[in-house]
Amino acid sequence: MDRQPLLSVRDLEIRFRMRHGDLTAVNRVSFDLARGDRLGIVGESGAGKSVTGFGILNLVSKPGYIAGGRLLFEGRELTALPEEDLRQIRGNRISMIFQDPMMTLNPVLTIGTQMVETILAHRAISRAEATAIALDRIRKVAIPSPQKRLQQYPHEFSGGMRQRIVIAIALLNSPALIIADEPTTALDVTIQADILELLLGLCQSEKMGLILITHDLAVVSQVAERIAVMYAGTIVEIGPTAQVAGNPQHPYTRGLLGALPQRVPRGGRLNQIPGMMPTLTRVPEGCPFSNRCTLCEEVCRRRVPPLEPKAAGCLAACHLLD
Amino acid sequence: MFAFFIRRVTQAVFVMLVISLIGFTIKQSVGDPLREITGISVSAAERDALREKLGLNDPFLLQWGRFLARALQGDLGNSFYFKRPALQVILGKAPATLELVFSTSLLVVLLSIPIGIYAAVRPRAWLARFFMGVSIVGVSIPVFLTAILLIYVFSVGLGWLPSFGRGELVTLFGGWQSGYFTSDGLKHLILPSIALSSIMLPLFIRLIRAEMKEVLETDYIKYARAKGLKPGRVLLVHGFKNTLLPVITVGGVQLGTLIAFTILTETVFQWQGMGAMFIEAVDRADTSLIVAYLVFVGALFVTVNTVVDLVYGLVNPMIRIAGRR
Repeated sequence: MDRQPLLSVRDLEIRFRMRHGDLTAVNRVSFDLARGDRLGIVGESGAGKSVTGFGILNLVSKPGYIAGGRLLFEGRELTALPEEDLRQIRGNRISMIFQDPMMTLNPVLTIGTQMVETILAHRAISRAEATAIALDRIRKVAIPSPQKRLQQYPHEFSGGMRQRIVIAIALLNSPALIIADEPTTALDVTIQADILELLLGLCQSEKMGLILITHDLAVVSQVAERIAVMYAGTIVEIGPTAQVAGNPQHPYTRGLLGALPQRVPRGGRLNQIPGMMPTLTRVPEGCPFSNRCTLCEEVCRRRVPPLEPKAAGCLAACHLLD
Repeated sequence: MFAFFIRRVTQAVFVMLVISLIGFTIKQSVGDPLREITGISVSAAERDALREKLGLNDPFLLQWGRFLARALQGDLGNSFYFKRPALQVILGKAPATLELVFSTSLLVVLLSIPIGIYAAVRPRAWLARFFMGVSIVGVSIPVFLTAILLIYVFSVGLGWLPSFGRGELVTLFGGWQSGYFTSDGLKHLILPSIALSSIMLPLFIRLIRAEMKEVLETDYIKYARAKGLKPGRVLLVHGFKNTLLPVITVGGVQLGTLIAFTILTETVFQWQGMGAMFIEAVDRADTSLIVAYLVFVGALFVTVNTVVDLVYGLVNPMIRIAGRR
């Protein structure tokens, strides 16, 4: 068993070029993902979790760009790869699942075309062989009559079915890693659980790594083995799911968990973290959470807390924890 | 698809009915058919008798019905001036116009697509800015001025290209006189085609650029890139195919307009097509020919638009579904 992680992110920094200087959307984010491991990245909107996900494949929309850090994937440094080599990794070794299946599939191309092209972009095989693979993957995501489905257009599918297709496309080239950006957010609540279960099952059976980006703690704890909590562009806490969800260290994570409706007696007032996450132009100096933290002390306003081991297997960025 | 086809054709027929009604009304209120048939030596009583005999005193709708019935058989009346069936006169002139329109469309399609895509992909490149600048100028200058300018530079000044006429023609089967098969004929096509495209080309470059830019921002383009597709495929198959929908719609309307708008270009270049013929017919108050031209161009317009709609249906899968219902 090789000890090297599948993906090793070190001090990743992603910035957006703005008229009045750069905004740092992802600030020195580091984490490792072992082969077949599942990591959940949680955080509020604008915390930088999606940008991190897109950053791994260098697909951050302009004016965003990777300003620093390293991305080691299967022994290769992604930030140093030429575009063509990176293209061969995209959709091949690392697949992505986007948030809204209504928007991700091209409306004017058949499902078959969109699947087959993904295979042919990476492998020199015949169209018939590629179609056979596509059929196999559609079966894997439990869509009936795959042969017929291949000839249909996205608008002939429901939202849940489309996300199944997107998952099937992610599986086409048997990738080592899937990055799923809010894969269930745009779906009906009733379908969300099905899709999650499908994704989880496939990751286990195909031994694929998964980075699940979501704002939904419940979703993450169902699927991921480890959780990274992001706040204002930084990881504030990362550790095994049971640890982070059961015994959170960082005040922000505690606040998040405390805000879950099920933690509050029926009819009681819901808890919330006071204030709002700062916009990227106004991240406070020192600890980014300092202006909302109930425990905030002098040192928090002055120095950025490093991400350090705190409780069992858990790293957190807080001055006040030991 | 079939239901969609039937529906579009029904609409086209309805539009043609309206056009024929308008054409017929013009004919009724402008010209007097008796003047066409009789000389000055015919007495008023004889005129009245003839009027009655020809059914010119019948109710308007009945006469329109007769006009329609004759039009369906290809009889759009006789030209006063040419003393020949108007349709024959028009068909004799049509090849000149259609060839001009065809080469102009070819020019527009071949240039606007690559330039439009390029300008969308690299909006900041100086070449893209240059194209955008030139296209503004092209749109702003009236066609006849562009035409005169072209003649001034390339015919009078440089003496490279002929300034008027169609040059050497070849008669094809069915009497179609074509300038496509001689180098002289092709040379004569160059300036008029450029002049005629000076409005359409910038319009299409800007349209394709705007649509393409919008498409490139969509999730499915980002997704196509995330699938690791080659950049060319992302751009042309995923990007441009979606850009095509609005472009086809506008293109259909513009193709009709192009046929109608050859009038100015044909006049400047003394191009013996339908446009020049129409201007002459207006000069001579040749009502029958004017009305016949209206109906003919109307029919052409409607046919082109219907075909474009059907093509649109082929490109856009969602239209086909609507038709299937």
